[in-house]
Amino acid sequence: MNEAELNTCHELARKVRIHCLEMVHKGKSGHIGSMLSMADILPVLYTQILNVDPKNVKKLDRDRFILSKGHGGAALLATLAELGFFPLEWLNEYYCDNGKLSGHISHHIPGVEFSTGSLGHGLPVACGMAMGAKQAGKKHRVFCLCSDGDLNEGSTWEAIMLAAQHHWDNLTMLVDYNRLQALGKSRDIIDLESLKQKLEIFGWAAREENGHDQKAVYESLRDLPLCDSKPSAVIYRTVKGKGVSFMENDYRWHYGGLTDELLAMALKEVEEAK
Amino acid sequence: MRKAFNKELLSIAKRDPRVFMILADIGYGEIEEFAETFPDRFINCGVAEQNMTGVACGVAMEGNIAVTYSIANFPTLRCLEQIRNDVCYHDANVKIVIIGGGMAYGELGISHHSTEDIAIMRALPNMVVLAPCDKAETVALTDAMMEYEGPVYFRCGYKGEPDLHNGPIEAKIGGSAQLCDGKAATVFFAGTVGVNAKQAVDELASEGIDCRLVSLYSIKPIDKAAILRAAMETNAIVTLEEHNICGGVGSAVAEVLMDEGAGNVPFKRLAMPDVNATKVGCQAWMREQYGIGVNAVKNAVKSLLK
Repeated sequence: MNEAELNTCHELARKVRIHCLEMVHKGKSGHIGSMLSMADILPVLYTQILNVDPKNVKKLDRDRFILSKGHGGAALLATLAELGFFPLEWLNEYYCDNGKLSGHISHHIPGVEFSTGSLGHGLPVACGMAMGAKQAGKKHRVFCLCSDGDLNEGSTWEAIMLAAQHHWDNLTMLVDYNRLQALGKSRDIIDLESLKQKLEIFGWAAREENGHDQKAVYESLRDLPLCDSKPSAVIYRTVKGKGVSFMENDYRWHYGGLTDELLAMALKEVEEAK
Repeated sequence: MRKAFNKELLSIAKRDPRVFMILADIGYGEIEEFAETFPDRFINCGVAEQNMTGVACGVAMEGNIAVTYSIANFPTLRCLEQIRNDVCYHDANVKIVIIGGGMAYGELGISHHSTEDIAIMRALPNMVVLAPCDKAETVALTDAMMEYEGPVYFRCGYKGEPDLHNGPIEAKIGGSAQLCDGKAATVFFAGTVGVNAKQAVDELASEGIDCRLVSLYSIKPIDKAAILRAAMETNAIVTLEEHNICGGVGSAVAEVLMDEGAGNVPFKRLAMPDVNATKVGCQAWMREQYGIGVNAVKNAVKSLLK
């Protein structure tokens, strides 16, 4: 990734954050912290890693990306809109009567591979796609982005065990590991530490990266699989609410809503970060 | 019936490379030939029904036909949200097959009874619900299911069920099969409990009460025309099912009758009462105990005709 491409990723992440803040404010909805947490990962994924085409969203050899943490879907929707998968104006129709965009992502929107919203659904389906691709000798890859909460779900661990058993090295799990969930710190609810060691013991190749360093995000996904014959996991250490200082690392912004004043403060901070 | 299903599925898989079997460590003695013939289209997910269903959805979304297969309520209730959110919402080409619908595993207890499945599965958008009564229906409906593009729930029997049809039949999604005709009343049933319906209708005939007997093997979509014909042409309707009284075949028939303005026909649903089946016994005995035996059908018909 060259300097210009890195700048494009930075700028896309900034725009995604602004869209998310405006969408959540207008819709009087929540999950802004979860959206901002992965706002630096998605631009790298979509501009540098995934083989996808906004002009041909259903092309057969596209890489499959499942956002398992569907509650943060506005960040994916903003990314897709900015990249031309659907008109930017649609973002004004989020979380409202007769709106195009629901609070949790739907596959009825161009570019969204799979609908999620209830945690623990993404990785099993990604496993099935990986198996189907392997069996047919197809070269497309399957990516699934999970959250701390996703890794509380038994179904996610069922899929983790199965993927290792069958050596699906065309499968990559990304973890937006902000270590906060709906009601508090993950370590006080279900402590996932050491997640990297856990995944390695379960038969995955795993590495950790700073999920807000876009160059590091790119490098972590540039050469997949991380190890031949193993599924790959990249654990991104992230900050919930990243980019808005009064939200950062505060679990209350899992659900918290934005008043007009708070929106203005948040937008000022994100816009000045240019 | 499970042998008939597995044989037919294997034969379809031999000519259709899209057919996958996705298991959760159930199927001993039945699935081995598929696994050995098509090792790259077979996977045992371990005892993990949620993952089995999610994997099946992913396999199907890659352009395949994924069959999940287990016993009783395992591939439906444990993974209901995966069926709803993943399979049905995405209209994925997944076939959910259970062996041992109703109380086929009677002695094993309620953990192995599938007696709420019809109500739950038919409440899901995009889901087709099928329940064959014997081997002939099993074969015909397996063919229909695999030709259909989209989610199907297939409530198969277990083993040793008697044939109710005299030979191979044609069956289609949305259809039904009339086994005999009569004007006195119509007995509708779905699934292997049809053996009791048939015996009751035969015995009623010997008493001079000639009934129509219809297998509603396609519970969703249901054969509305057959139900309305029964309301017009016969004097009463009885439904029989091996399922909780709430929301099953009888409810589906009643919905058609009321919605179509045919609710004045004398009508009785025979199903299991809305209780947990705590008695222990074989399927035939349990059917008698829970109100879906032969005499229950005969008494219901006679009572409606008084």
